[in-house]
Amino acid sequence: MTLTLSHYLVLGALLFAISVIGIFLNRRNLIILLMAIELMLLSVNLNFVAFSHFLGDPAGQVFVFFILTVAAAESAIGLAILVVLFRAIHTINVEDLDTLKG
Amino acid sequence: MFEAVIFYVFAAILLAAGLRVITARNPVHAAMFLVLSFFTASGIWLLLRAEFLAIALLLVYVGAVMVLFLFVVMMLDINIERLREGFWKNLPLAIVVGGIMMAEMAAVLAGRYFGVAPRPRALPADYSNTKELGRLIYTDYAFAFEVAAVILLVAIIAAIALTLRKRKDTRYQDPSLQVRVRREDRVRLVSMPAEKDQ
Repeated sequence: MTLTLSHYLVLGALLFAISVIGIFLNRRNLIILLMAIELMLLSVNLNFVAFSHFLGDPAGQVFVFFILTVAAAESAIGLAILVVLFRAIHTINVEDLDTLKG
Repeated sequence: MFEAVIFYVFAAILLAAGLRVITARNPVHAAMFLVLSFFTASGIWLLLRAEFLAIALLLVYVGAVMVLFLFVVMMLDINIERLREGFWKNLPLAIVVGGIMMAEMAAVLAGRYFGVAPRPRALPADYSNTKELGRLIYTDYAFAFEVAAVILLVAIIAAIALTLRKRKDTRYQDPSLQVRVRREDRVRLVSMPAEKDQ
């Protein structure tokens, strides 16, 4: 039995579905939402690396490199916003963030 | 065969850790399971011969991003009970959406188009993944690489500017005021009659 591209792609799809379910379940907890997004990016990166290996094209790995950069920047800014938010209203519950409601 | 066993073990650990990330009660536990899933994913990337990215994932994510997550989780005083209210209420909808996405992707990806055709090329013995990536980044993708650097710089400045807090009770020096001061502001000459010797 040998590993094919499908094995890795289905693993990535499963991980993506898990993180989508996580976003539904933890719709109030902003921190877990950010973690679910990180998990999603990880599954996308897994697909990129798998394609890069099986098609013999290192460009896929370069893309993963850039995705890692952007994801690190995103989580840093997201957590900074989270800290500012908590300082201002003392909660990270998404349902309390209704001050912009018209 | 050995590779397949390792793949299945790592995939099982990865999926279990991912499930625990989204269901864990304590955000610290969720962060720890996220560390485990990143670690396992880097093992799977090693199976795919992406050595540089596997190590970069460990250094960048486990070493930096997850520590940031843990810092923030421990700094905030969160009322978990309120956040967990109605946690399982959305589960049916979530499972339907996730299941449909999963089924669609599996229908496309597990078919014969992706299963049979592409075979990994045999790499020469002196092949260096890091060298190859470095060559690509500094030649074909040099512009994108510099844009990535700018993105990181913007992230640094944005994160600091967002969380910077000016304290009102701290006394600051204003250099321009210090330079602008004149002698008349500070020294007052008082003419007094000279004291006489007794």
